[in-house]
Amino acid sequence: MSTSTLNPAARRVNDFAIKIATVNGTGSASANTLLMKSIFRSGIPVMGKNYFPSNIQGLPTWYEIRVTKDGYVARSGRVDIMVAMNAETYARDVKEVAPGGYLVYDSTWPRPALLKREDITVIGVPLARLCNESFNGVRTRILMKNICYAGVLAALLDLDLDLIRKLLAETYAKKPQLVDSNMKAIQLGYDYAKANFTCPLPLRVEKLDKTANHILIDGNTAAALGCVFAGATVAAWYPITPSTSLMDAYKSFADRMRVDPATGRKNFAFIQAEDELAAIGMVIGANWNGARAFTATSGPGISLMNEFLGLAYYAEVPAVIFDIQRVGPSTGMPTRTQQCDVMACAYASHGDTRHVCLYPANPEECFYMAVQAFDLAERLQTPVLVLSDLDIGMNDWMCRDLKWDDSYRPDRGKVLDKEAVMKLEKFHRFIDKDGDGIPYRTLPGTHPKGAYFARGSGHSQYGTYTEDSTEYQIVLDRLVKKWDTARKLVPRAVIDATAGSDIGIVSIGSCEGAIREAMDILKAHDVGVDYMRVRSFPFSEDVERFLAAHKLLFVVEQNRDAQFRSLLTLESSVEKSKLRSLLHYNGMPISSSFIVDGVLAEISPRGIARPKDAAAG
Amino acid sequence: MTFIAKPKIAHPSLPKNALGLTRREYEGALSTLCAGCGHDSITAAITEACWELSLEPQNVVKLSGIGCSSKTTAYFVSGGHGFNSVHGRMPSIAMGANAANRNLHYIGVSGDGDTLSIGLGQFCHAIRRNLNMLYIIENNGVYGLTKGQFSASADIGTKAKKGETNFQPPIDPVLLAMTLGATFVARSFSGDKRQLVPLIQAGLRHKGFALIDVLSPCVTFNDHEGSTKSYAYTREHYEPAVHADFVPLEREIVADYQEGETLPVVMHDGSRIVLRKLEAGYDPTNRVVAATHIQERMKAGEYLTGLLYVEESETEFHDINATPDAPLNSLPFEALTPGSKGLEKVLARYR
Repeated sequence: MSTSTLNPAARRVNDFAIKIATVNGTGSASANTLLMKSIFRSGIPVMGKNYFPSNIQGLPTWYEIRVTKDGYVARSGRVDIMVAMNAETYARDVKEVAPGGYLVYDSTWPRPALLKREDITVIGVPLARLCNESFNGVRTRILMKNICYAGVLAALLDLDLDLIRKLLAETYAKKPQLVDSNMKAIQLGYDYAKANFTCPLPLRVEKLDKTANHILIDGNTAAALGCVFAGATVAAWYPITPSTSLMDAYKSFADRMRVDPATGRKNFAFIQAEDELAAIGMVIGANWNGARAFTATSGPGISLMNEFLGLAYYAEVPAVIFDIQRVGPSTGMPTRTQQCDVMACAYASHGDTRHVCLYPANPEECFYMAVQAFDLAERLQTPVLVLSDLDIGMNDWMCRDLKWDDSYRPDRGKVLDKEAVMKLEKFHRFIDKDGDGIPYRTLPGTHPKGAYFARGSGHSQYGTYTEDSTEYQIVLDRLVKKWDTARKLVPRAVIDATAGSDIGIVSIGSCEGAIREAMDILKAHDVGVDYMRVRSFPFSEDVERFLAAHKLLFVVEQNRDAQFRSLLTLESSVEKSKLRSLLHYNGMPISSSFIVDGVLAEISPRGIARPKDAAAG
Repeated sequence: MTFIAKPKIAHPSLPKNALGLTRREYEGALSTLCAGCGHDSITAAITEACWELSLEPQNVVKLSGIGCSSKTTAYFVSGGHGFNSVHGRMPSIAMGANAANRNLHYIGVSGDGDTLSIGLGQFCHAIRRNLNMLYIIENNGVYGLTKGQFSASADIGTKAKKGETNFQPPIDPVLLAMTLGATFVARSFSGDKRQLVPLIQAGLRHKGFALIDVLSPCVTFNDHEGSTKSYAYTREHYEPAVHADFVPLEREIVADYQEGETLPVVMHDGSRIVLRKLEAGYDPTNRVVAATHIQERMKAGEYLTGLLYVEESETEFHDINATPDAPLNSLPFEALTPGSKGLEKVLARYR
């Protein structure tokens, strides 16, 4: 048992985790979504994480559902109920169940070996037999077997069958015959469980009212929505997991909300590029020409985009890039999560370059930061990278309703129109007129007087080609000034110093949920910690203050090499010896227990008993 | 200062185009290429073509990658924006820019290294999208800025300045473009302005991707004995197959063409190209016949030139994408954002 699970008995109702092991391509996703949504509709906060293979059919896949009355959004690091539907992974799945937990499996083929563990309860349901007797066709039987386990869980956990029926009716509104067949499978599992086991289990759900004004949404969908609302008109991309669903979502929203009903014309251009090099080139070309344009990619794509990112930095062209980080290096594990592009994005490209990066923590922030990214990119005339990750991007998160302020108008930055150009004696592209390091630009087609030549080669502040040292340096130095301006415009860090502690946790992005829960658990151990979540690079001015105010700082991040810690030491004056890294990089989303264990090990190595089997998620 | 502005001294008697502008107003900065470089002749031809067509200078967008050829976009139409991007990636910049504003004239200038080696992929895909632009390759078979390496268009048997012989087969942009479905494919020679200017005009008026591969000798690294891309060799081996006269909408055809020899092609804006076949058996409107003919002559060591293939296409990128007539970059924000009511509707699906 992990140190984070102090009182198992108190955690039974509306507080447990289910893990479902299946084979991918067998329709288990529908069953899992159904379960998760029915819990959410019962007013109980819920977390869902999908651990899927880089494969279309036949490999092991898991889905974790955490029922959490306290609204925690991360993994706890503990599994209370395992639904083992994949014989290939039985052995490891059985091992993962926490003592006192439950194992549900398909007893059509009895597995006495499973019963080796005496500290868990094994629930065998002959799912295949039940479905073979009731359904025809191999494919249908396989699909229904998975819906059937949802029925079993409905009985064991005391889920509302009417709610499930309603959800099915919504999902299959256009195929009503599927509602009946799915409901039949649910009922089969439900009735079998009711007849053969004591239902519900001590682990069960009880209706609450904690999900009002909340939605279940993944970060890629939310980011795509942000792009639509921010007025992005050009989307160029090359397919890569786990970013593809962002572009798919943008297209589907735009196809619905951006088509002129009278003419059928589309107020957006959606371009599937030949590779990531072309995708970023198109984004730069479109932004240079005055459209809000963006791309989404992942690590390998970022590597390919490096040369162009340097051009956009130096030629001062806006661009918005979503990097949905996945496990590296190289191809790595494309369907697993990490925060491993922190350094690659901050300094992407050769030469002296620094890029504005935003670090959203959840889908809600993906939505707002998408809008902010366009404003920053156009205001600063530079690429802005939004570093989400697979965990945020592809998992459904419970978050507050997204809000849109109708008074919002995009910040298009310093763009001179024809009238403004005509008033000038002469237009010079790179002169720092306002002292903020940001020059004025014009768009093609404005007026011959406003024409300039964008280039990645050495240029003077007048926009002309140069190989003159002084002229070159004037531009380079002004870019530093622009960076200082960026520091004032980027989102500030989120700081929680209510503990008033000497100890702080510093982190970025999707570690947020696990850290918030870990702080609660630590508090229960009488360990108060402050917390700062950095939301941008360059670091906002409050970052330096927080770092200076704490004696010991745990830097929590999801990569092996402590990239964020490196960035902190490079870009702030923090004393290196104060920083302790807690690095989670196995590809699974970070859990609260991992952080609790890491902090306690450092501050009181002998103070807390740490059993050998502590699940470090 | 390494930038040389061209002195703007205009003679009052210089002829003016329909916009009241002289040729000087279609020029750019002073060329820094070697004296006698074929590229400078092409720059002059582009200048002439834009002036004759009376294009609004600010509506000309000049795009390039890296290399000697890519520098030349600074040398014409200084009243239009230019973007000198990264090596081999000009087509993607052009695609993005064109997506943002479909109503400007996009002129891409590239070289044989920029297009056929590092940029081969982007070149091919721009053709597949039928991106509405004029794409000029200033083809000299050699890397100039890095001093004389063979490019992918170097012919088998051609000799480098230092004596090395090339044994790898060339990639021919004309044949490649025809295979990929290009709708306007031409080849010309920098030394033949009479042929080149109308080709550029027709290319600018063509709806879709217009390719002109211009043989443009490098006087410094590839103009020696034994080179198949020298001035002397090109003059001897280039063979005009089809002469194209560009006839703008507003002008009547006055030339006296013999029936049967000429073929007028009406372009999407109503202007015409009048093709005059100089070779028996050549058909510039039949992709297969034209490609076969070009290959046969190539085997005999000759480059056919002129407007080798043309098809007034109906669908360029924007037609396929169904974008509105107004440029995307001009749409008001209100037309782009669904607002708070729109968001509420969307969120209903996530409850």
